[in-house]
Amino acid sequence: MKPPKPISTKSKKKPAELALIAVVISWIFLLILMPLYGIAKEVFHNGLHACFASLNEPAAVHAFYLTLWLTVGAVAVNTTLGIILALVLVRQEFKGKLLLDGLIDLPFAVSPVVAGFMLITLFGPHGWIGSLFEARDIKIIYAFPGMMIATLFVTFPFVVREVVPVLREFGVDQEEAAFVLGASKWQTFWQVTLPSIKWGLIYGVTLTMARSIGEFGAVLVVSGAIINKTQSATLYVHQKFTDFDYGGAFAASIVLAMLSFFTLIGMQYIQKKKV
Amino acid sequence: MSVKKTSSGDLVLRSFTLGYIGLLIILPVCAVASEAFKEGVVTIWHEVTLPQALVSLKLTFVMALIIVTINIITGTATAWVLVRYEFPLKKFLNALIDLPFAIPTVVTGIMLVRLYGPKSIIGGFLKQFDIEMIFNKPGIVLALLFVTFPFVVRSVQPVFLEMEKEMEEAAQTLGATPVEIFFMIILPTLFPSMLTGAALSLSRALGEFGSVVIVAGNIPFKTLVAPVYIYGEIESHNLPGATSVSLVLLAISFLILVAIHFFQKWSRRHETA
Repeated sequence: MKPPKPISTKSKKKPAELALIAVVISWIFLLILMPLYGIAKEVFHNGLHACFASLNEPAAVHAFYLTLWLTVGAVAVNTTLGIILALVLVRQEFKGKLLLDGLIDLPFAVSPVVAGFMLITLFGPHGWIGSLFEARDIKIIYAFPGMMIATLFVTFPFVVREVVPVLREFGVDQEEAAFVLGASKWQTFWQVTLPSIKWGLIYGVTLTMARSIGEFGAVLVVSGAIINKTQSATLYVHQKFTDFDYGGAFAASIVLAMLSFFTLIGMQYIQKKKV
Repeated sequence: MSVKKTSSGDLVLRSFTLGYIGLLIILPVCAVASEAFKEGVVTIWHEVTLPQALVSLKLTFVMALIIVTINIITGTATAWVLVRYEFPLKKFLNALIDLPFAIPTVVTGIMLVRLYGPKSIIGGFLKQFDIEMIFNKPGIVLALLFVTFPFVVRSVQPVFLEMEKEMEEAAQTLGATPVEIFFMIILPTLFPSMLTGAALSLSRALGEFGSVVIVAGNIPFKTLVAPVYIYGEIESHNLPGATSVSLVLLAISFLILVAIHFFQKWSRRHETA
């Protein structure tokens, strides 16, 4: 019987291992890096200036502004409510908590088109809530409020899901200590709880931002994509594409791709801080 | 602080969040369900069993199953390589895996059309062999693979990191072959997290819209997937049609959510509370 080989961590790689590494690297290269290279090449070929020039038309500017407002809105609302919900889930016990916990993930599991359609049936002119507003001449669907609600829906889980585990690990000891020492609940939150969940929270906010900027399906369904009115940046790309204006679609795509690239760099930095 | 009475402040926070979830998530689901009841079971069944709806649902499932199978293999292999080996550019590749989460789906679609479309170099080359990627099924697979790539990798990676090498080393000392070690030690440990990643990719693939609507060409009976079919029904104001196929996808989403919950419980089964 052959004696087993000693295992050293710094052993030379076997051919099979090298092959596996090569396969994985080429897979990532083909699947992720190649499409990215396609975009980068185009930018260098035409120059950044030419790319941005086609974005000077009012519809494009309007679309990017709309995306900005949707993102600001989603971040503001879902960060606030995400923290509160995480606190409720970690610190409170009540009936139906498990069900609630499961429901939070629904926006991740459901198709954005289905999400948009659900919102139309509820907030549309004939929906339970939409009809109430319709009576007062307030439009939700095919208008900004509907797009805002759709963005809130799809980005809802991010902050909660990032903050819950951090909060659970952090425990309540330090908060109790602060409380015993005479800090108010409000002071305890700002000076003890918030700093401890900081990086998890920032990571969640980054994901919320990326998704708000990139959301397409849900927003498209509820918006009606009216040019210069309810057209966000991703809808602008889609409309240019269906109009066979590939240059315009591409220019806007490049701006969005660059934004996501910065987001990615940010995500890496935050992840390092988190650990 | 383990047993304490719920303060009024706690109650306010709780009702506030419950209200928000109710308005944003629970009520919309109920609205679609009530819409379905209003239409009646017969109408809904009729709409789901329309040939075009059925074919689009079938296509969606076939595509999703193909990419989930590919993802389980490539995702686990990627996690393995990233955890176990050192090589140049590893950090860069690791960061790149999250790109599909950061990039808008429409942009993914445009990138793929640009790279593999009929007017591109690669697309032109493949055309000589009568292979069409874009506005065809391979394009759908490609788009879905791109958007779902991170799920299995990011589910398996942490489990891999925590896995103790001692078990493998013990097995090796006792004379187990690498193949035996893989199938009897590594795979059983990773299995629940692989399933979680697979379920996440499945739900994403069944629902994906932005990248597919650009890449697929949306030809009925050929490249029209269920979410795009629903979009078409909404656009043409066919409420029963949109409701029926939405209900199918929604029901599957719920099932996948429940499945993921159990997979995650299973993967934590050895942790002591």
